[in-house]
Formats: sequence, C-alpha cells, structure tokens
Amino acid sequence: MRSRRSMRALLLCAALAFAGVAVAVDTTPPLADPLLQQRYYELTHELRCMQCQNEALADSSAGLAADLRVQVHELLLAGQSDDQIRDHMVARYGEFILFRPRMSWRNSWLWAAPTLLMLVGVIIGWRVMRARSRLVASEEADSNGESLEL
Amino acid sequence: MNRFLLPLAGFVLLLVVLLVGLTRAPDKSILPSPLIGKPVPQFTLPNLFDSTQPVSSESLKGRWMLVNVWGTWCVECRAEHQVLLQIKQQARVPILGIDWKDQNEDAMAWLAQLGNPYERVATDRDGRVAIDWGVYGAPESFLISPAGTVVYKHIGAMTEQVWQSEFLPRVNAPAGTAAPPASPVSTAAGATGRGA
Repeated sequence: MRSRRSMRALLLCAALAFAGVAVAVDTTPPLADPLLQQRYYELTHELRCMQCQNEALADSSAGLAADLRVQVHELLLAGQSDDQIRDHMVARYGEFILFRPRMSWRNSWLWAAPTLLMLVGVIIGWRVMRARSRLVASEEADSNGESLEL
Repeated sequence: MNRFLLPLAGFVLLLVVLLVGLTRAPDKSILPSPLIGKPVPQFTLPNLFDSTQPVSSESLKGRWMLVNVWGTWCVECRAEHQVLLQIKQQARVPILGIDWKDQNEDAMAWLAQLGNPYERVATDRDGRVAIDWGVYGAPESFLISPAGTVVYKHIGAMTEQVWQSEFLPRVNAPAGTAAPPASPVSTAAGATGRGA
C-alpha cells in the first residue's frame, strides 16, 4: 500500500519534470481563445522544424522553430484556416514541412500500394485454396474409386 | 522448381527497390526550394548602412543579382566570405546581403573587419523575410534573374567551384534557353556549420 503511494508520487514527479521541459521550449504566449489554442497545438505538432527535421515545431528549441511558431500564432489570430496555414508553410519550405504528406499524383502509388498488395494476397490465397480443394476432391474421388474397386 | 521462382522474383525485386533507395537516398540537408522559378518574395527591409534608403524586393529587378543570407553568428558565413569578396571583384553579379537575426553593430564590425562584398545589406531582425524566402539555416544564396525570378539556390557556404559551375553558367546562358540540367538546389559538402 505504502509502496504504491510512493510509486504514485514518483510518477507524478516524473510527469511534472517533463511538463517543465514542454513549457520551456514553446515560449509563444498562449492564445486567449481555447479553440484557437487547440488548433495552434495541433498545427505546431504536425509541422516540421526545418532545422532539426525530426522534431515538430512545438518541440524544437531552434531559433527558426520559434519564429515559425510565432507565425502560426499570428496567422491563427488573422483568422486563417488550418489549410491556409499549411499552404503558407508549404509555399515557403515545400511539402517536407508537413509530417503528414499530402496525396498527389507523385506519391499516389504509395497510397495505393497497401490496397494493391492486399488484392494480390487475396488472389494468391484464393488460388491456393482452390488448388487445395481440387486436390482434396480428387483424393476423395480416388479413395471412392478404391473403395469401389474393393 | 517453379514454386520457388515467384518468391525469388519477389525477393529480387525487393532487393532492387531497397538498393535503389539506399544509393539514391537524398541528402537530408538539401531540401528542394519551392521558390525556384517563382518571383522573389516581396519585402521591404531597413538598410544596414543607410536608414533613409530601405531595401525592397523591387530593387532586385533589372539585372542578375545574388541574394546571400548571412549572420555574424554563423560559422559557415565566415568560411564563404572570401568567395563573396571574389564575386564582388568580378563585378558580374552584384550581391544583396540579408543580415538575418543579427545586431547592426555586430554586422558592421564584421564587414569592417572582413571586407564588404555586398552592394547593399538588408537587415532582417525578426526573421520574417527569411521565412518568406524559405531559409532554414545560414548561409543560403539565391540567384535572381533580371525578371525577378528565383533561378537557383545554394545551401551552405558558397565556394569558387559552385559559383563557376552552378551560378555563372546560368547567368551567361542566353535568355530563354534552359538552365543547365542540374538540380536547381545545391549544398556545400556537409553543411555542418550552418545554424539559426
């Protein structure tokens, strides 16, 4: 019982330790409107920091990431939609800034690949099953023939 | 025999795909610029040496220009400075400097000490214009055509070799002919000293 309580305290400490880090990185003042703040949170998590490349804008301490966070903040206040803000960033930095790539003719084969592979799998499975059932049928016919002969 | 042929073919195909992926894997530090072939981003910035004469994107038009984004905090910028001075000496393409996220005093001291390769220096203190140019580290150099179009971008320190092989041929190509068949973005080998 006691150890469980101390365990909880420990977990709380660990969680709070990370909360401190999260606050320290993004120093852009929060938006007053909770809906805008929510969109700010989502956008800064799906846009890439171009300098560190594998970090989101929200998590990066790079100077450029801070500048881009300010820009997202301002564009939200200016009443732009999420898509407009994404377009704004893509026009400057290219598709690479999006962690979730957009569908286009160039990458459509990537999106189609899972469906195509599944289709191939289904066809192979169907053919194997048909071949097996034929085998079983012919075996049965054989054994029937044998029993008749007997 | 036949039942192994199809899986083997699949395996070989996978091997080829992975090998191509490995050998052609793009250098993650060079990101293609969406600005190539587009008009230069609009801006008006303070002039480092003359506060009464702001620098605007309009002033880039009418001749070939090199736009160089730099900062005194940038290690690679020091490395490319000599090359920029040489380009100035050639007097073929004037250079506009965009001093990015820097202090005026630092920038002036730097140019006084190392020499000033720039025709004019615009100061981008909050980094907004750099974002419009898609800059993600200094130095970066853009070649601007007389029509005001971004023709080429080099990421990392400018070198004599890059200037000779990527920039000058584009400037010297007769108007209307296609640019040399290389990627319109290049980078210095291992652009490590870059930062922001």
